[in-house]
Amino acid sequence: MSASTTPFVVSPGAATRDAFGIALRDLGHSEPRIVVVDGDVANSTRTEWFGQVFPDRFFNLGIAESNMVGVAAGLAASGKIPVVSSFAAFILCNAYDQLRMSVAFPHLNVKVVGTHAGISIGEDGPSQMAIEDFALACSLPGFTVIVPADEAHTHAAVRAMIAHEGPVYLRLGRPKAPRIHEAGSSLEIGKAYQLRDGSDLTIVACGLMTATALEAHDALAAKGIHARVLDFPTIRPLDVDALVRASRDTGNILVAEEHLAHGGLGSVVAMAVGSHHPCKLGYVNLGNRFAESGTPEALMEAYGLTAPHLVAAAVKLVAK
Amino acid sequence: MVTRASAPHASDGGPDLVLLSSTARRLREDIIAMTTRAGSGHPSSSMSAIDILVALYKGGILNLDQSHPSAPDRDRFILSKGHAAPALYAVLAEHGVISHESLDTLRVIGSPLEGHPNMRRLAGVEASTGSLGQGLSIGLGHAFAGRLDGRGYRTYVMCGDGEMQEGQIWEAIMSAAHFNADNLTLIVDHNGAQQSNLLPRVIDYRPLAAKLRAFEWHVEEIDGHDMPAILRAFDSVRAVKGRPQAIVAHTVKGKGVSFVEADWAYHGKPLTASEQVRAFSELRGEPAPH
Repeated sequence: MSASTTPFVVSPGAATRDAFGIALRDLGHSEPRIVVVDGDVANSTRTEWFGQVFPDRFFNLGIAESNMVGVAAGLAASGKIPVVSSFAAFILCNAYDQLRMSVAFPHLNVKVVGTHAGISIGEDGPSQMAIEDFALACSLPGFTVIVPADEAHTHAAVRAMIAHEGPVYLRLGRPKAPRIHEAGSSLEIGKAYQLRDGSDLTIVACGLMTATALEAHDALAAKGIHARVLDFPTIRPLDVDALVRASRDTGNILVAEEHLAHGGLGSVVAMAVGSHHPCKLGYVNLGNRFAESGTPEALMEAYGLTAPHLVAAAVKLVAK
Repeated sequence: MVTRASAPHASDGGPDLVLLSSTARRLREDIIAMTTRAGSGHPSSSMSAIDILVALYKGGILNLDQSHPSAPDRDRFILSKGHAAPALYAVLAEHGVISHESLDTLRVIGSPLEGHPNMRRLAGVEASTGSLGQGLSIGLGHAFAGRLDGRGYRTYVMCGDGEMQEGQIWEAIMSAAHFNADNLTLIVDHNGAQQSNLLPRVIDYRPLAAKLRAFEWHVEEIDGHDMPAILRAFDSVRAVKGRPQAIVAHTVKGKGVSFVEADWAYHGKPLTASEQVRAFSELRGEPAPH
């Protein structure tokens, strides 16, 4: 695990989708089996940067997500490593049967990358916001589900995803993400990363909420509440050992995620903790509702995903 | 490189049409026997497709080495209408990829011969299908990979005509034409009937060939039970450059057994033991049993 002294730099880093675009393009040189399947959003998902360098290995299949996932399955069955990418809401929701039947069931080596996940995409509104993608991806047997928190971990996630044999869902966001992990950090699939240590509770977070958890850590410390902060870049497989240690050491676990209450990180953490080392649990998420249009900052505030919300939930959990 | 599977040849050098037709007749018996034994399955949907499958596997069309079913240069055949799995299993057994005895295990727990094809459990199955509409996209992925790798293999995908109502099929048709995927052939088993009724009474999209031509596909339209016509169509599509090809094969659901042909409601319904006896007599040209 990373030392609890890992510096938390609040300065904004690149958006995870930007880091993905660069990492994928760079890996294209050393891994000739990588091909990209796009659904006419490459300039948003950043796979266009791969396409500019490797035009023969880039297929824009138009606005047709079902077909693009099926084509990726065929490419994988013939030995390629297809990275099939669109907005998370479109690729997971529109092409779910294809992910289930053409990819998960035959366990093909397809990398599904969903960008613009969560409500932090802002003004485009709920039709574009994947808020159920963890539940959907975790319901595909054999899928690995990765949610990097920042630029450095996205670079590492792309390398890990390509090196991993089997289907992967990688969730990425639209806005710039605060720097958390050091440049050049590695990401091991199935491993949680401890960013802070504390004895009163553990905050388990992923994606953008990891930076928010670090903010909450500092605000809680000012109140005399000491939080361990764990970043969970892989939701599946889950680092159960880290959860058991957290439960044993801190007695309380607060799970923060930019996802619906049902079927996300909170659900899988609750199942693991309940089975292995029960403790008090709290949840910060979107509940059971769609969001709306607005600035990312206004939405995160209105839908309860900022540090003060985490602090309030942590105080309540510890006081129970 | 795998060698092109040798077709049974008559003295004139072409495929032995009599042998192919008698093989298709025998495989109709296999289809009936395995589904009747299983007590479930889709024999009529398999019988409409079997002449084409025999032409592909035994008529020298597919470049397939049965002892190396995953050789990189092999031709791919994807049965997108996965409910016709008994036809695929029968022809895989005939081709020596699986044993003939294994056909008795259709739909039995533990057997790789599942109700719909499962590529992870059975060598020679190129795609796990059964949720309709997905095979042509998968075939297009194989076609792209073949082109990238400079391999000369071809990919054939068989869809049902009811399956052509799925939107994903038309996404694949559109994109295959855009990418000039001339190493991809779609075969439509156009038997005119689907689960709940005759196709014209469900969603009548006919004429199919005209629609495929409008999407810039090369189209051959044939009688899907006429063995010489099937073989000619496969020869024709192989010569097409720059465009994907479709073979619209007009077929009869339950072909070969009169009382199944006459009743579209046989979809998803095996024959009873006594119906199997009658069917075998018909297929063999023997007098009906008393």
